[in-house]
Amino acid sequence: MDNRVVITGLGVCAPNGTTLAEFSEAIKNGISGIRHQPDLEALNFSCQIAGKPELSEERVSQYFTPLELRNLNSSGIVYGVIAGLDAWKDAGLTIENNDEPDWNSGTIFGAGTSGIDKFRWAINKIDDLEIRKLGSSVVIQTMASGVSAFISGKLGLGNQVSTNSSACATGAESILLAYERIKTGQATKMLAGSTSDSGPYIWGGFDAMKVCTFKHNHEPEKGSRPMSETASGFVPGSGAGALVLESLESALAREAKIYGEVLGGNINSGGQRGLGTMTAPNPVAVQRCIKAALQNAGIKASEIDVINGHLTATTKDALEIANWKEALQLPAERFPYINSLKGMIGHCIAASGSIECVASILELSEGFIFPNINCEDLSVEIKTLIPEKSIPQTLIQQPINILAKASFGFGDINACVIFKKYTS
Amino acid sequence: MNKEQIIDALKTIVQPYSEETSALAHIDENTDFINDLKINSANLVDIILDIEEKFNIEIDNDSMAKMLNVKATTDIIAAKLEARAGQ
Repeated sequence: MDNRVVITGLGVCAPNGTTLAEFSEAIKNGISGIRHQPDLEALNFSCQIAGKPELSEERVSQYFTPLELRNLNSSGIVYGVIAGLDAWKDAGLTIENNDEPDWNSGTIFGAGTSGIDKFRWAINKIDDLEIRKLGSSVVIQTMASGVSAFISGKLGLGNQVSTNSSACATGAESILLAYERIKTGQATKMLAGSTSDSGPYIWGGFDAMKVCTFKHNHEPEKGSRPMSETASGFVPGSGAGALVLESLESALAREAKIYGEVLGGNINSGGQRGLGTMTAPNPVAVQRCIKAALQNAGIKASEIDVINGHLTATTKDALEIANWKEALQLPAERFPYINSLKGMIGHCIAASGSIECVASILELSEGFIFPNINCEDLSVEIKTLIPEKSIPQTLIQQPINILAKASFGFGDINACVIFKKYTS
Repeated sequence: MNKEQIIDALKTIVQPYSEETSALAHIDENTDFINDLKINSANLVDIILDIEEKFNIEIDNDSMAKMLNVKATTDIIAAKLEARAGQ
Protein backbone atom coordinates (compact mmCIF):
# COMPACT_ATOMS: atom_id res chain seq x y z
CA MET A 1 0.00 0.00 0.00
CA ASP A 2 1.20 3.52 -0.77
CA ASN A 3 2.51 5.66 2.06
CA ARG A 4 0.85 8.97 2.82
CA VAL A 5 3.45 11.75 2.70
CA VAL A 6 3.52 14.72 5.05
CA ILE A 7 5.70 17.77 5.53
CA THR A 8 7.43 17.92 8.89
CA GLY A 9 10.14 20.54 8.42
CA LEU A 10 10.66 23.83 6.57
CA GLY A 11 13.74 25.91 5.86
CA VAL A 12 14.18 29.01 3.74
CA CYS A 13 16.85 31.40 2.61
CA ALA A 14 14.95 34.09 0.70
CA PRO A 15 15.58 37.71 -0.28
CA ASN A 16 12.99 38.85 2.28
CA GLY A 17 13.89 36.48 5.11
CA THR A 18 16.60 33.94 5.86
CA THR A 19 14.87 32.25 8.79
CA LEU A 20 11.41 30.73 8.82
CA ALA A 21 10.16 33.29 11.36
CA GLU A 22 11.54 36.27 9.42
CA PHE A 23 10.18 34.93 6.12
CA SER A 24 6.74 34.19 7.57
CA GLU A 25 6.51 37.71 8.95
CA ALA A 26 7.67 39.22 5.65
CA ILE A 27 5.18 37.38 3.43
CA LYS A 28 2.24 38.24 5.70
CA ASN A 29 3.15 41.91 5.58
CA GLY A 30 4.03 42.11 1.89
CA ILE A 31 7.65 43.01 2.59
CA SER A 32 9.83 43.18 -0.49
CA GLY A 33 13.35 41.76 -0.62
CA ILE A 34 14.19 43.47 -3.92
CA ARG A 35 17.17 45.85 -3.73
CA HIS A 36 19.26 47.95 -6.07
CA GLN A 37 22.42 45.99 -6.97
CA PRO A 38 25.49 48.20 -7.52
CA ASP A 39 27.38 45.40 -9.28
CA LEU A 40 24.64 45.06 -11.90
CA GLU A 41 24.67 48.82 -12.48
CA ALA A 42 28.47 48.85 -12.81
CA LEU A 43 28.22 46.08 -15.42
CA ASN A 44 25.64 48.01 -17.52
CA PHE A 45 22.74 45.63 -16.87
CA SER A 46 19.37 46.87 -18.12
CA CYS A 47 17.79 45.51 -14.94
CA GLN A 48 19.83 46.73 -11.96
CA ILE A 49 17.56 45.40 -9.22
CA ALA A 50 17.40 41.88 -7.82
CA GLY A 51 16.49 39.74 -4.84
CA LYS A 52 19.35 38.31 -2.79
CA PRO A 53 19.27 36.73 0.69
CA GLU A 54 21.14 38.85 3.24
CA LEU A 55 23.46 36.69 5.33
CA SER A 56 26.14 37.72 7.81
CA GLU A 57 29.50 35.94 7.85
CA GLU A 58 28.68 34.82 11.35
CA ARG A 59 25.47 33.13 10.22
CA VAL A 60 27.22 31.32 7.35
CA SER A 61 29.97 30.11 9.68
CA GLN A 62 27.37 28.22 11.72
CA TYR A 63 26.81 25.86 8.78
CA PHE A 64 30.30 25.34 7.34
CA THR A 65 33.66 24.33 8.81
CA PRO A 66 36.53 26.86 8.62
CA LEU A 67 38.15 24.63 5.99
CA GLU A 68 34.99 24.56 3.84
CA LEU A 69 34.72 28.34 4.15
CA ARG A 70 38.30 28.91 2.95
CA ASN A 71 37.61 28.77 -0.78
CA LEU A 72 33.82 28.74 -0.75
CA ASN A 73 32.51 30.82 -3.63
CA SER A 74 29.18 29.24 -4.49
CA SER A 75 26.24 31.26 -3.21
CA GLY A 76 23.80 28.53 -4.26
CA ILE A 77 25.53 25.97 -2.04
CA VAL A 78 25.50 28.42 0.88
CA TYR A 79 21.75 29.11 0.47
CA GLY A 80 20.90 25.44 -0.06
CA VAL A 81 22.86 24.19 2.94
CA ILE A 82 21.33 26.85 5.21
CA ALA A 83 17.76 26.14 4.07
CA GLY A 84 18.32 22.37 4.08
CA LEU A 85 19.89 22.12 7.53
CA ASP A 86 17.32 24.53 8.98
CA ALA A 87 14.50 22.37 7.59
CA TRP A 88 16.09 19.26 9.10
CA LYS A 89 16.36 20.94 12.52
CA ASP A 90 12.83 22.34 12.19
CA ALA A 91 11.61 18.76 11.70
CA GLY A 92 13.09 17.95 15.09
CA LEU A 93 15.82 15.83 13.52
CA THR A 94 19.31 15.95 14.88
CA ILE A 95 22.50 16.81 13.06
CA GLU A 96 25.00 14.66 14.83
CA ASN A 97 28.17 12.84 13.94
CA ASN A 98 26.43 9.58 13.21
CA ASP A 99 28.99 6.98 12.15
CA GLU A 100 26.43 5.00 10.19
CA PRO A 101 24.59 6.66 7.25
CA ASP A 102 20.85 7.14 7.75
CA TRP A 103 19.81 4.56 5.13
CA ASN A 104 16.16 5.64 5.08
CA SER A 105 16.75 9.37 4.52
CA GLY A 106 17.85 11.05 1.30
CA THR A 107 17.60 14.31 -0.59
CA ILE A 108 16.49 15.60 -3.97
CA PHE A 109 17.87 19.12 -3.93
CA GLY A 110 17.64 20.87 -7.27
CA ALA A 111 19.75 23.55 -8.92
CA GLY A 112 19.97 25.24 -12.32
CA THR A 113 23.73 25.53 -12.19
CA SER A 114 26.22 25.49 -9.35
CA GLY A 115 28.96 27.82 -8.15
CA ILE A 116 28.95 30.09 -11.16
CA ASP A 117 31.37 32.55 -9.46
CA LYS A 118 33.69 29.66 -8.62
CA PHE A 119 33.48 28.50 -12.22
CA ARG A 120 34.41 31.96 -13.48
CA TRP A 121 37.43 32.04 -11.13
CA ALA A 122 38.54 28.59 -12.30
CA ILE A 123 38.14 29.45 -15.97
CA ASN A 124 40.24 32.60 -15.54
CA LYS A 125 42.96 30.61 -13.74
CA ILE A 126 43.04 28.01 -16.52
CA ASP A 127 43.23 30.68 -19.22
CA ASP A 128 46.08 32.34 -17.29
CA LEU A 129 48.00 29.02 -17.46
CA GLU A 130 47.59 28.47 -13.72
CA ILE A 131 45.64 25.24 -13.76
CA ARG A 132 47.70 23.79 -10.90
CA LYS A 133 46.46 26.59 -8.64
CA LEU A 134 42.84 25.38 -8.77
CA GLY A 135 43.19 23.16 -5.72
CA SER A 136 40.54 20.67 -4.68
CA SER A 137 37.54 22.96 -4.22
CA VAL A 138 36.48 23.62 -7.84
CA VAL A 139 34.77 20.35 -8.72
CA ILE A 140 32.73 20.00 -5.54
CA GLN A 141 31.40 23.54 -5.87
CA THR A 142 30.74 23.57 -9.61
CA MET A 143 29.27 20.11 -10.13
CA ALA A 144 25.51 20.51 -10.53
CA SER A 145 24.95 18.16 -7.59
CA GLY A 146 27.28 20.16 -5.31
CA VAL A 147 24.40 21.32 -3.14
CA SER A 148 22.96 17.87 -2.49
CA ALA A 149 26.46 16.48 -1.88
CA PHE A 150 27.22 19.15 0.73
CA ILE A 151 23.86 18.65 2.47
CA SER A 152 24.15 14.88 2.47
CA GLY A 153 27.62 14.96 4.00
CA LYS A 154 26.43 17.19 6.81
CA LEU A 155 23.37 15.03 7.57
CA GLY A 156 24.88 11.62 6.84
CA LEU A 157 22.11 10.70 4.38
CA GLY A 158 22.22 7.11 3.16
CA ASN A 159 19.28 6.97 0.74
CA GLN A 160 19.09 8.61 -2.71
CA VAL A 161 21.15 11.81 -2.89
CA SER A 162 20.55 13.70 -6.11
CA THR A 163 20.07 17.07 -7.76
CA ASN A 164 17.25 17.57 -10.23
CA SER A 165 17.29 20.33 -12.83
CA SER A 166 14.28 21.53 -14.81
CA ALA A 167 14.76 25.30 -15.10
CA CYS A 168 12.13 27.27 -13.16
CA ALA A 169 10.14 24.10 -12.44
CA THR A 170 13.08 22.61 -10.50
CA GLY A 171 11.77 23.40 -7.00
CA ALA A 172 8.26 22.04 -7.51
CA GLU A 173 9.69 19.01 -9.29
CA SER A 174 12.06 18.22 -6.40
CA ILE A 175 9.06 17.92 -4.08
CA LEU A 176 7.22 15.57 -6.41
CA LEU A 177 10.31 13.38 -6.91
CA ALA A 178 10.87 13.16 -3.15
CA TYR A 179 7.15 12.50 -2.62
CA GLU A 180 7.20 9.56 -5.06
CA ARG A 181 10.20 8.06 -3.30
CA ILE A 182 8.42 8.01 0.06
CA LYS A 183 5.02 7.11 -1.34
CA THR A 184 6.48 3.99 -2.97
CA GLY A 185 8.25 2.95 0.22
CA GLN A 186 11.82 3.50 -1.01
CA ALA A 187 12.62 6.10 1.65
CA THR A 188 11.14 7.28 4.95
CA LYS A 189 12.35 10.88 4.90
CA MET A 190 13.48 13.00 1.97
CA LEU A 191 14.78 16.55 2.08
CA ALA A 192 13.26 18.24 -0.99
CA GLY A 193 14.25 21.68 -2.16
CA SER A 194 16.18 23.76 -4.64
CA THR A 195 18.68 26.56 -4.78
CA SER A 196 19.81 29.29 -7.15
CA ASP A 197 23.05 31.33 -7.23
CA SER A 198 23.12 35.12 -6.99
CA GLY A 199 24.94 37.59 -9.14
CA PRO A 200 25.62 38.97 -12.60
CA TYR A 201 26.88 35.73 -14.13
CA ILE A 202 23.68 33.84 -13.40
CA TRP A 203 21.33 36.72 -14.20
CA GLY A 204 23.18 38.13 -17.23
CA GLY A 205 21.65 35.77 -19.77
CA PHE A 206 18.13 36.76 -18.75
CA ASP A 207 19.02 40.44 -18.91
CA ALA A 208 20.32 39.96 -22.45
CA MET A 209 17.09 38.17 -23.45
CA LYS A 210 15.21 41.32 -22.35
CA VAL A 211 12.89 39.30 -20.14
CA CYS A 212 13.77 41.37 -17.04
CA THR A 213 12.26 44.77 -16.28
CA PHE A 214 14.43 47.84 -16.86
CA LYS A 215 11.80 50.36 -15.76
CA HIS A 216 12.17 50.27 -11.99
CA ASN A 217 15.87 50.71 -11.25
CA HIS A 218 15.01 53.80 -9.18
CA GLU A 219 12.28 52.02 -7.17
CA PRO A 220 13.43 48.42 -6.54
CA GLU A 221 10.54 47.41 -4.28
CA LYS A 222 7.99 48.39 -6.95
CA GLY A 223 9.84 46.53 -9.72
CA SER A 224 8.38 43.03 -9.50
CA ARG A 225 4.73 43.38 -10.55
CA PRO A 226 2.95 40.06 -11.18
CA MET A 227 -0.59 40.46 -12.59
CA SER A 228 -0.17 44.24 -12.89
CA GLU A 229 -1.14 46.23 -15.99
CA THR A 230 2.36 47.74 -15.80
CA ALA A 231 4.23 44.42 -15.42
CA SER A 232 7.24 44.81 -17.68
CA GLY A 233 9.39 41.74 -17.08
CA PHE A 234 10.61 39.77 -14.10
CA VAL A 235 13.10 40.82 -11.44
CA PRO A 236 15.82 38.18 -10.93
CA GLY A 237 16.12 36.61 -7.53
CA SER A 238 18.09 33.93 -5.69
CA GLY A 239 18.00 31.81 -2.57
CA ALA A 240 16.79 28.38 -1.52
CA GLY A 241 13.79 26.64 -0.02
CA ALA A 242 13.69 23.23 1.67
CA LEU A 243 10.98 20.89 2.93
CA VAL A 244 11.34 17.67 4.93
CA LEU A 245 8.94 15.12 3.47
CA GLU A 246 8.23 12.07 5.57
CA SER A 247 5.91 9.09 5.60
CA LEU A 248 2.87 9.77 7.79
CA GLU A 249 3.65 6.61 9.70
CA SER A 250 7.17 7.81 10.59
CA ALA A 251 5.96 11.31 11.49
CA LEU A 252 3.26 9.93 13.80
CA ALA A 253 5.63 7.42 15.39
CA ARG A 254 8.06 10.13 16.44
CA GLU A 255 5.26 12.60 17.25
CA ALA A 256 6.60 15.16 14.78
CA LYS A 257 4.89 18.46 14.06
CA ILE A 258 2.98 18.02 10.77
CA TYR A 259 2.66 21.13 8.59
CA GLY A 260 0.59 19.58 5.82
CA GLU A 261 0.25 16.71 3.41
CA VAL A 262 1.41 16.27 -0.17
CA LEU A 263 -1.65 14.84 -1.90
CA GLY A 264 -0.04 14.39 -5.29
CA GLY A 265 0.76 16.28 -8.46
CA ASN A 266 1.95 16.06 -12.01
CA ILE A 267 5.00 16.84 -14.13
CA ASN A 268 4.83 17.14 -17.91
CA SER A 269 6.12 18.94 -20.97
CA GLY A 270 4.52 20.64 -23.93
CA GLY A 271 7.19 19.12 -26.15
CA GLN A 272 7.82 22.54 -27.72
CA ARG A 273 4.95 21.78 -30.04
CA GLY A 274 1.86 23.85 -30.82
CA LEU A 275 2.34 27.24 -29.11
CA GLY A 276 5.14 25.78 -26.98
CA THR A 277 8.75 26.74 -27.69
CA MET A 278 12.02 26.61 -25.79
CA THR A 279 10.88 29.67 -23.83
CA ALA A 280 7.07 29.78 -24.18
CA PRO A 281 4.60 27.32 -22.67
CA ASN A 282 2.30 25.13 -24.68
CA PRO A 283 -1.07 25.98 -23.05
CA VAL A 284 -2.44 22.52 -23.78
CA ALA A 285 0.36 21.01 -21.68
CA VAL A 286 -0.09 23.51 -18.83
CA GLN A 287 -3.79 22.71 -18.63
CA ARG A 288 -3.16 18.96 -18.81
CA CYS A 289 -0.59 19.24 -16.03
CA ILE A 290 -3.03 21.02 -13.72
CA LYS A 291 -5.89 18.59 -14.52
CA ALA A 292 -3.64 15.55 -14.09
CA ALA A 293 -2.39 16.91 -10.75
CA LEU A 294 -5.97 17.19 -9.46
CA GLN A 295 -6.73 13.70 -10.65
CA ASN A 296 -3.56 12.30 -9.12
CA ALA A 297 -4.38 13.99 -5.81
CA GLY A 298 -7.96 12.74 -5.96
CA ILE A 299 -9.59 16.15 -5.56
CA LYS A 300 -12.06 18.27 -7.53
CA ALA A 301 -11.26 21.76 -8.83
CA SER A 302 -13.94 23.21 -6.57
CA GLU A 303 -12.02 22.02 -3.50
CA ILE A 304 -9.01 24.29 -4.20
CA ASP A 305 -8.93 27.24 -1.81
CA VAL A 306 -5.75 28.92 -2.98
CA ILE A 307 -3.52 28.79 -6.05
CA ASN A 308 0.11 29.77 -5.69
CA GLY A 309 0.91 30.70 -9.28
CA HIS A 310 4.10 30.82 -11.28
CA LEU A 311 3.18 34.41 -12.31
CA THR A 312 6.54 36.02 -13.00
CA ALA A 313 5.42 39.57 -13.98
CA THR A 314 5.81 39.25 -17.71
CA THR A 315 3.08 39.60 -20.33
CA LYS A 316 2.51 35.84 -19.94
CA ASP A 317 0.72 36.26 -16.58
CA ALA A 318 -2.68 36.62 -18.26
CA LEU A 319 -2.04 33.46 -20.30
CA GLU A 320 -1.27 31.58 -17.08
CA ILE A 321 -4.55 32.76 -15.52
CA ALA A 322 -6.41 31.73 -18.69
CA ASN A 323 -4.79 28.29 -18.43
CA TRP A 324 -5.84 27.86 -14.79
CA LYS A 325 -9.35 28.96 -15.69
CA GLU A 326 -9.59 26.57 -18.60
CA ALA A 327 -8.13 23.67 -16.58
CA LEU A 328 -10.33 24.18 -13.52
CA GLN A 329 -13.59 24.81 -15.43
CA LEU A 330 -15.10 26.76 -12.54
CA PRO A 331 -17.58 29.65 -12.88
CA ALA A 332 -15.62 32.93 -12.69
CA GLU A 333 -17.11 33.91 -9.33
CA ARG A 334 -15.96 30.59 -7.83
CA PHE A 335 -12.35 30.95 -9.01
CA PRO A 336 -10.02 30.33 -5.99
CA TYR A 337 -7.75 32.93 -4.45
CA ILE A 338 -4.51 33.25 -6.41
CA ASN A 339 -1.25 34.81 -5.35
CA SER A 340 2.34 35.19 -6.49
CA LEU A 341 5.27 35.50 -4.12
CA LYS A 342 7.40 36.93 -6.92
CA GLY A 343 6.08 40.44 -6.21
CA MET A 344 8.10 40.34 -2.97
CA ILE A 345 11.18 38.26 -3.86
CA GLY A 346 11.41 38.38 -7.66
CA HIS A 347 11.87 35.28 -9.74
CA CYS A 348 14.35 33.05 -7.90
CA ILE A 349 14.80 30.88 -11.01
CA ALA A 350 15.62 27.28 -9.96
CA ALA A 351 14.83 28.15 -6.33
CA SER A 352 11.48 29.81 -7.08
CA GLY A 353 9.34 26.69 -6.75
CA SER A 354 10.79 25.54 -3.44
CA ILE A 355 10.72 28.97 -1.77
CA GLU A 356 7.13 29.44 -2.99
CA CYS A 357 6.19 26.00 -1.66
CA VAL A 358 7.56 26.94 1.77
CA ALA A 359 5.31 30.03 1.65
CA SER A 360 2.37 27.86 0.57
CA ILE A 361 2.86 25.40 3.43
CA LEU A 362 3.04 28.27 5.94
CA GLU A 363 -0.28 29.55 4.57
CA LEU A 364 -1.88 26.12 4.94
CA SER A 365 -0.58 25.37 8.39
CA GLU A 366 -1.18 28.83 9.89
CA GLY A 367 -4.34 29.69 7.97
CA PHE A 368 -3.58 32.83 5.98
CA ILE A 369 -3.28 34.02 2.40
CA PHE A 370 -0.35 36.35 1.79
CA PRO A 371 -1.10 39.56 -0.12
CA ASN A 372 -0.14 40.14 -3.74
CA ILE A 373 1.98 43.28 -3.90
CA ASN A 374 2.53 45.73 -6.78
CA CYS A 375 -0.69 44.86 -8.63
CA GLU A 376 -2.82 47.78 -7.42
CA ASP A 377 -3.20 48.45 -11.18
CA LEU A 378 -4.50 44.98 -11.98
CA SER A 379 -4.02 43.79 -15.58
CA VAL A 380 -7.07 44.63 -17.67
CA GLU A 381 -6.86 41.30 -19.45
CA ILE A 382 -6.71 39.37 -16.16
CA LYS A 383 -9.76 41.31 -14.92
CA THR A 384 -11.74 39.99 -17.86
CA LEU A 385 -10.84 36.42 -16.83
CA ILE A 386 -11.34 36.27 -13.06
CA PRO A 387 -12.92 38.53 -10.42
CA GLU A 388 -10.70 41.04 -8.59
CA LYS A 389 -11.61 39.47 -5.27
CA SER A 390 -9.65 36.36 -6.28
CA ILE A 391 -6.44 38.41 -6.22
CA PRO A 392 -6.06 39.59 -2.62
CA GLN A 393 -3.92 42.68 -2.08
CA THR A 394 -4.07 42.58 1.69
CA LEU A 395 -3.42 39.74 4.10
CA ILE A 396 -6.38 37.39 4.58
CA GLN A 397 -6.52 35.38 7.79
CA GLN A 398 -8.66 32.33 7.21
CA PRO A 399 -8.25 28.57 7.40
CA ILE A 400 -7.46 26.96 4.06
CA ASN A 401 -7.66 23.31 3.25
CA ILE A 402 -6.23 22.74 -0.22
CA LEU A 403 -3.58 24.69 -2.10
CA ALA A 404 -2.36 24.12 -5.66
CA LYS A 405 1.15 25.21 -6.57
CA ALA A 406 2.46 25.29 -10.12
CA SER A 407 5.83 26.18 -11.63
CA PHE A 408 6.68 26.38 -15.31
CA GLY A 409 10.12 26.38 -16.88
CA PHE A 410 12.17 26.97 -20.02
CA GLY A 411 12.14 23.89 -22.18
CA ASP A 412 8.31 23.98 -22.06
CA ILE A 413 8.08 22.01 -18.81
CA ASN A 414 5.44 22.13 -16.08
CA ALA A 415 5.01 20.92 -12.52
CA CYS A 416 1.93 21.17 -10.30
CA VAL A 417 1.77 20.01 -6.66
CA ILE A 418 -1.36 19.70 -4.51
CA PHE A 419 -0.98 20.32 -0.77
CA LYS A 420 -3.61 19.72 1.91
CA LYS A 421 -3.85 20.85 5.50
CA TYR A 422 -3.17 17.92 7.78
CA THR A 423 -5.89 16.95 10.20
CA SER A 424 -5.46 13.92 12.39
CA MET B 1 65.72 27.38 7.56
CA ASN B 2 66.44 24.16 9.51
CA LYS B 3 64.27 21.06 9.70
CA GLU B 4 62.59 22.04 12.98
CA GLN B 5 61.59 25.39 11.53
CA ILE B 6 60.18 23.70 8.42
CA ILE B 7 58.20 21.23 10.56
CA ASP B 8 56.85 24.11 12.63
CA ALA B 9 55.70 25.92 9.51
CA LEU B 10 54.18 22.69 8.17
CA LYS B 11 52.24 22.25 11.39
CA THR B 12 50.54 25.61 10.86
CA ILE B 13 49.78 24.73 7.24
CA VAL B 14 48.19 21.32 7.86
CA GLN B 15 46.30 22.32 10.99
CA PRO B 16 43.06 23.47 9.23
CA TYR B 17 42.90 20.20 7.28
CA SER B 18 42.91 17.87 10.28
CA GLU B 19 40.58 17.36 13.20
CA GLU B 20 43.02 15.02 15.00
CA THR B 21 44.05 17.42 17.74
CA SER B 22 46.28 15.00 19.60
CA ALA B 23 48.14 13.87 16.45
CA LEU B 24 48.53 17.53 15.46
CA ALA B 25 50.00 18.39 18.84
CA HIS B 26 52.59 15.64 18.51
CA ILE B 27 53.51 16.18 14.91
CA ASP B 28 57.06 14.99 14.07
CA GLU B 29 59.04 13.50 11.18
CA ASN B 30 57.15 10.21 11.41
CA THR B 31 53.68 11.72 11.12
CA ASP B 32 51.71 10.49 8.10
CA PHE B 33 49.18 12.94 6.63
CA ILE B 34 46.53 10.36 5.81
CA ASN B 35 47.01 7.67 8.47
CA ASP B 36 47.84 9.86 11.46
CA LEU B 37 46.24 13.22 10.67
CA LYS B 38 43.29 11.66 8.76
CA ILE B 39 43.52 14.33 6.09
CA ASN B 40 41.15 13.83 3.15
CA SER B 41 43.40 12.78 0.26
CA ALA B 42 41.70 15.37 -1.98
CA ASN B 43 43.07 18.08 0.32
CA LEU B 44 46.72 17.06 -0.22
CA VAL B 45 46.82 19.25 -3.33
CA ASP B 46 45.60 22.20 -1.25
CA ILE B 47 48.38 21.59 1.28
CA ILE B 48 50.95 21.59 -1.55
CA LEU B 49 49.57 24.95 -2.78
CA ASP B 50 49.82 26.36 0.75
CA ILE B 51 53.42 25.09 1.01
CA GLU B 52 54.34 26.69 -2.31
CA GLU B 53 52.98 29.98 -1.15
CA LYS B 54 54.54 29.86 2.32
CA PHE B 55 58.06 28.86 1.17
CA ASN B 56 57.93 30.60 -2.22
CA ILE B 57 58.91 27.44 -4.06
CA GLU B 58 57.36 25.40 -6.86
CA ILE B 59 56.70 21.71 -6.40
CA ASP B 60 56.75 19.46 -9.47
CA ASN B 61 54.35 16.54 -10.00
CA ASP B 62 56.94 13.86 -9.10
CA SER B 63 57.77 15.51 -5.77
CA MET B 64 54.09 16.06 -5.07
CA ALA B 65 53.38 12.33 -5.37
CA LYS B 66 55.93 11.66 -2.59
CA MET B 67 54.64 14.23 -0.12
CA LEU B 68 52.45 11.94 1.99
CA ASN B 69 54.21 12.33 5.34
CA VAL B 70 56.15 14.94 7.26
CA LYS B 71 59.59 13.43 6.58
CA ALA B 72 59.29 13.28 2.79
CA THR B 73 57.64 16.69 2.69
CA THR B 74 60.31 18.30 4.86
CA ASP B 75 63.10 16.77 2.74
CA ILE B 76 61.55 18.03 -0.46
CA ILE B 77 61.01 21.53 0.94
CA ALA B 78 64.58 21.62 2.25
CA ALA B 79 65.96 20.49 -1.11
CA LYS B 80 63.92 23.10 -3.00
CA LEU B 81 65.02 25.84 -0.60
CA GLU B 82 68.64 24.79 -1.01
CA ALA B 83 68.37 24.69 -4.79
CA ARG B 84 66.91 28.18 -4.74
CA ALA B 85 69.67 29.47 -2.42
CA GLY B 86 72.32 28.00 -4.73
CA GLN B 87 70.94 29.76 -7.82
